[in-house]
Amino acid sequence: MDVIILQLFNGISVSSILLLIALGLSITFGLMKVINMAHGELIMIGAYTAYVVQNLFADYMPASMFGWYFAIAIPVSFIVAFIFGLVLEMGLIRFLYGRPLDSLLATWGVGLMLQQLARSVFGAPNVGVKSPAWLDGGLTVGDNVFPYKRLFIIGLVLVCLFVMYLYIYRSHPGRRMRAVMQNREMAACLGISTRRVDAVTFAIGSGIAGIAGCALTLIGPIGPAIGTYYIVDAFMVVVLGGVGKLVGTVFGALGIGISNTLFEYWTTASLGKVLVFLCIVAFLQWKPSGFVAMRSRSLDN
Amino acid sequence: MPIRKLSAQRLWLLAAYVAAAAVLFCAPLVLSDFRLNLLAKFLAYAIVALGLDLIWGYTGILSLGHGVFFGLGGYAMAMYLKMQASGGKLPDFMDWSGLTKLPWFWKPFEFLPFAIAAGILLPAILALILGYFTFRNRIRGVYFTILTQALVIITTTLFIGQQAYTGGTNGLTGYSKLFGYSLGSPETKRWLYWVTVAALIGAYLLCRVLVKSRFGKVLRAIRDGENRVRFIGYNPAIYQMVAFAFSAALAGLAGMLFVLHVGIISPSMMGIVPSIEMVLWVAIGGRGTLVGAVLGAVLLNYAKSTFSESYPNIWIVFMGALFVVVVVFLPKGAAGLFGQLKRLRRRRASNEGADGVRYPAV
Repeated sequence: MDVIILQLFNGISVSSILLLIALGLSITFGLMKVINMAHGELIMIGAYTAYVVQNLFADYMPASMFGWYFAIAIPVSFIVAFIFGLVLEMGLIRFLYGRPLDSLLATWGVGLMLQQLARSVFGAPNVGVKSPAWLDGGLTVGDNVFPYKRLFIIGLVLVCLFVMYLYIYRSHPGRRMRAVMQNREMAACLGISTRRVDAVTFAIGSGIAGIAGCALTLIGPIGPAIGTYYIVDAFMVVVLGGVGKLVGTVFGALGIGISNTLFEYWTTASLGKVLVFLCIVAFLQWKPSGFVAMRSRSLDN
Repeated sequence: MPIRKLSAQRLWLLAAYVAAAAVLFCAPLVLSDFRLNLLAKFLAYAIVALGLDLIWGYTGILSLGHGVFFGLGGYAMAMYLKMQASGGKLPDFMDWSGLTKLPWFWKPFEFLPFAIAAGILLPAILALILGYFTFRNRIRGVYFTILTQALVIITTTLFIGQQAYTGGTNGLTGYSKLFGYSLGSPETKRWLYWVTVAALIGAYLLCRVLVKSRFGKVLRAIRDGENRVRFIGYNPAIYQMVAFAFSAALAGLAGMLFVLHVGIISPSMMGIVPSIEMVLWVAIGGRGTLVGAVLGAVLLNYAKSTFSESYPNIWIVFMGALFVVVVVFLPKGAAGLFGQLKRLRRRRASNEGADGVRYPAV
């Protein structure tokens, strides 16, 4: 029984990371139909931002303050990735609306360049980020130990999810965003600047990627290619969950994260991945456009 | 089909093709063994590009999974060669992994015809299965693309994970003989080169016939308006499946030739990055034109082998920039550039605002 609980916890932990990454993707994809392959590199930017903040703290702040660097790193990562995303949208993405496959290729190119940039700035080897002392150890329940780091990431995801929910469903900018998502032409007719909504939405998606990168530093060392490791899984979350609603992404992340952990536990790491893929394809037979699909009368969407 | 009159332009075009084929066949006379081997490798890549162009340029389905099909072909040939090299004994890497008996699925690869058939049919069957479960449900566009990319990930992890059966990260290498001829000798290499040229020309002609046929017309119609095709009464899924499977078979063929030239196949050659590089060849050469795909594959790989050894870092940045530039400014690639210029000149001459066929938003 304990084993199952532990595996389930691991699964939720994996899901939470996937969710954090896929959250930004599902928004950009759902709203703009843009496949941002550079999302992984935005994660990488967030991770390196955390690394830089840590180094700054180590150099310029008293040692007693060091533990708090992480609290600063999260918003800073968000802002840095937000700015990168804004520049990316204004410089490239806006030329690619209506051409999702082309956006995929172009952003892949951007990703390659960003990776190389990171390699020349920080060096090719992985760098470690020392996690703050207050996240060491774990919560003991019965015989199981739940590491604080993992719990912290789960909490972080819940906070992000809640804030996203407030933004999308309970704020004016969020309402405009949903309006553009549901019917772009009509939204434009009613005076919404779809250009600006697109730019801000893309930047927010990128910013969340930055937070995801920051969270990844807690799990292990970071390198220039850290994003590519997660990006395909994150896209699978979007495919499985469907676009347009937060709940779909949550479902997709939980589905993939938990099934991945369980299958890998029951079989081997490589076979587990195959089984998860087969399950996803099987699921898509039942619901071809994912768990939740935006209803629309348009035939080609 | 009515016999078309050969206009002067068509004659010139035909002459150019024949000349190109002749140059390719005569290349061994002037090129060093090393260069010839490189060229042979590029020509094998060009076969993948042809297949990819068929599915992407003509049918509008972007596959980022052709590395897998290429790799399957490569592994099929490599398994045969490995069996030859071990001469009835257990292949060396199985020995290291603690296997004592040859796995059952390795056994038939002792025979070359089986290996060749498997190298072409396995990728095609895999593509058919994936195509059946996706196209039938109208899963298309980016969703399909993401699924193919996931296919790449799981295949590479599977191949790396099953070290005892696939050679793991190292892949399969260390073979020496084909039909009892040494693979390293210049004589054999030259023959293999000619085989590759013949395969490329054959693949090209086959693709051309396919594209010009009624089947090809339906493919293009699917690209430009899948639902309209459906309403006319065609079943797009069947056409997409067949095109995808054929394209995968070409990639498998290329993979087999690749192994013969390079002498190794490993999971890193079928991973995410090689798969997307294949797409870049087609994008640069020009999707929707067969010649463009071939030229794109050869030229880009030539550039890569020239620059990437001396400046690997710059090459990556260059490749990234190339993706961006081609997609944003040259959606039809280099081959489309000529068309664009021609149209521009014609428009200037006739001073009318008509523009040509816009590439559809795929």
